[in-house]
Amino acid sequence: MDYINAIVLLLNYIFVPALAYGSQLALGAIFVTLIYGILRFANFATGDMMSFGTMVTILFTWYFQSLGISLGILPTALIAIPFAIIFMVGYMLLIDKFVFKYYRVSKSPPVQLAMVSIGVMFVTQAVVRIIIGPSDRRFFDGEKFLIKAGEFKEMTGLNEGLAVKSTQVITIVVTLILVSTLFWFLNKTKTGKSMRAYSDNEDLALLSGIDPKKIVMITWIIAGVLATIGGALYGLDKSFKPFTYFNNMLPIFAAAIVGGIGNPFGAFLGGYVIAFSEILLTYAYKKFFMYLLPESLEPNTLVQLLSTDYKFAVSFSILVIVLLYRPSGIFKGKML
Amino acid sequence: MTKNLNVIAAYTIMMGLIILVGIFQSWNIALSIFNLCLISAVMTMGANIQWGYAGLINFGIMGYTALGGLAAVLISVDPVQEAWSAGGSNILLSLLLIVGMVLGVRYVLKKYEKSKVRTYIIATIIIAGIIIIRFVSEPGIEAIEEVDPAKTGFLGGLGLPIIFSWIVGALFAGGLAFVIGKVALGLRADYLAIATLLISEIVIAIIKHEDWLTRGVKNVIGLKRPAPYEVNLQQTDWFINLVEKFNSSKLNLITDLTERQAALNQFVIEGSSIFVKLCYSGLFLIVVIILLILTQKALYSPWGRMMRAIRDNEEAANAMGKNVVKQHLLIFVLGSAIVGIAGAMLVTQDGLFTPGSYRPMRYTFLIWVMVIVGGSGNNFGAILGGFVVWFLWIESAPIGLYLVNLTTTGLADTHFLKVHLIESVPYFRFLMMGIGLLLIMRYRPKGILPEKIEIK
Repeated sequence: MDYINAIVLLLNYIFVPALAYGSQLALGAIFVTLIYGILRFANFATGDMMSFGTMVTILFTWYFQSLGISLGILPTALIAIPFAIIFMVGYMLLIDKFVFKYYRVSKSPPVQLAMVSIGVMFVTQAVVRIIIGPSDRRFFDGEKFLIKAGEFKEMTGLNEGLAVKSTQVITIVVTLILVSTLFWFLNKTKTGKSMRAYSDNEDLALLSGIDPKKIVMITWIIAGVLATIGGALYGLDKSFKPFTYFNNMLPIFAAAIVGGIGNPFGAFLGGYVIAFSEILLTYAYKKFFMYLLPESLEPNTLVQLLSTDYKFAVSFSILVIVLLYRPSGIFKGKML
Repeated sequence: MTKNLNVIAAYTIMMGLIILVGIFQSWNIALSIFNLCLISAVMTMGANIQWGYAGLINFGIMGYTALGGLAAVLISVDPVQEAWSAGGSNILLSLLLIVGMVLGVRYVLKKYEKSKVRTYIIATIIIAGIIIIRFVSEPGIEAIEEVDPAKTGFLGGLGLPIIFSWIVGALFAGGLAFVIGKVALGLRADYLAIATLLISEIVIAIIKHEDWLTRGVKNVIGLKRPAPYEVNLQQTDWFINLVEKFNSSKLNLITDLTERQAALNQFVIEGSSIFVKLCYSGLFLIVVIILLILTQKALYSPWGRMMRAIRDNEEAANAMGKNVVKQHLLIFVLGSAIVGIAGAMLVTQDGLFTPGSYRPMRYTFLIWVMVIVGGSGNNFGAILGGFVVWFLWIESAPIGLYLVNLTTTGLADTHFLKVHLIESVPYFRFLMMGIGLLLIMRYRPKGILPEKIEIK
């Protein structure tokens, strides 16, 4: 019984939250990696683009709520997301037309594009804060828990409860659907294949008649979808605050690089690598050992490897180690 | 003379703007803007050395600034004897252990060929080291943090004049840059940017949460000052006489004696804070001028030419026998050290150290905007960038308010749009910075004062 309790404990505090957080990071990381692989620059506006998408989602959610539309037990934001995506893709294409296109056409070095993306970051951040303000917003409605801790205890008769939030399930399911569609698109369709060819070798791709304008446009569209959904899922699960989104850019970058930048599948797994290591290293295992060890051996400290204050530091340290020993990432980057 | 005309014109306009603020808002605001402009100028000079001279991207400016600030605390605060006796020995022992661990790793690295076994040995040393260090330091840290947590709860510093911290801050930042440079400089440009950004976040996390060293988010307040205190000044005779002389024309208009005394007191209070700010301005100006002379000399020296050669074509410079790796490391350390000075100056001026206030937006990206807008590779440009951008950063709120009022004149004061816009005026600064950066990068990619190197 104690063993099952210990496993449920880990499931509750580590596995489920890390899976949800990892999915959110994975979407952001694929976004970063796509931009890097096809448009060839590190996009420092990632976090703020995601916050822009989330903001639009929230605005639509409020609008639908005011109309009285709801999905019952599911959050209203799910209907809002498609509308937000349309809006967001428009915003992305607009930015590309007025900002990034000029540097792409004049073949500027990637560093310059990265600097330009900092300008975009400032502008997007300002727009978001001017429209919706810098404060914390919750826009979740519907049923909060799929499995409640108390109910689980009653059902199984265990000491440990397992709570699964509906947002966590939504996050994981949506991520899986989205990512598998994306991989199908990249690997099976003609456009997807031409995108990979373009990422692999631009000149060769152009020679074989691939239209670069179309590739760039589709990249921004996919990026818009990923940014909106990733951001909205994070906001549903936790809460929406522009500053947190800006900070999330850092673990997202870490995930993309750990997975091998330019490689979407690597970025997808990288998200989970970062999320699991963050949570595994900062979790206090005291209770876990209390279940497993005889009373005489029970630890009297928290058995925490690192204090939770260093959550971010964990992902950055992993990144630094990966950069040092395997700069192309765990799954060899730059092949899309 | 004529070829420097644009430099002179740009600086005159900038000074004119600050003086206008002095006339229309208050001299206090003008001087505090000026002081922070000077500090920003030091930071931009540091970033400019790395980016403008050598083409290295350093997004870790925030980390070096914070380390400089930490130096100010560690130098100027009086040591907390109780804390030292409570847990000092544990901390010292842990430091020794860290040194031992590093030496051990270095020894293994030198002694054995690269192999899987070596990697495992190093990993074991590091993991075992961390566990032992935690075991040793934990009781010490707890004991230190329990010493009067409301007031101290940390080890304190050396109790020296705070001015010394400007040098120590440079040493700290340079030391960190040496380690980071050793690790990360081999990376490609954009990887280096990301790596330095993340490392600076780690530095901030450590400063925020290691309370025994920095008091963390509890902040350190009331640091010593290199300038006199306002309260003391207000009671000093020579200062009161000075203020009286300065304002004699206004004071002579008042005939009533008690009223005259009240007016004089008011002038003395205002004057004292202006005087203190002027003291800081003087100190900062000295630093800026010394750094400017040094960096200008370096720029036109053979070393400066070599750096540009490396920046413009690494392979060619390498083929000419220049040690690119070594020079990159050197310039990385130098630039970061200058940023460290700025960090210490900032804390000196504020008189308090607030680890929670170090955010990448303000201390990394804004500095980069300054360098790009001012003109990378040109020291005068970088300094001007610091001035212009900081000035706009502060004055964008009043400007934004004015613009909002102008565009919404047709609306009633209670109209929701107008209220909302006025509430969000503080965020117009981000908008201005972003649009300014995008416009400059598009239409004047070399900045307001572009790099100008004469080839003879």
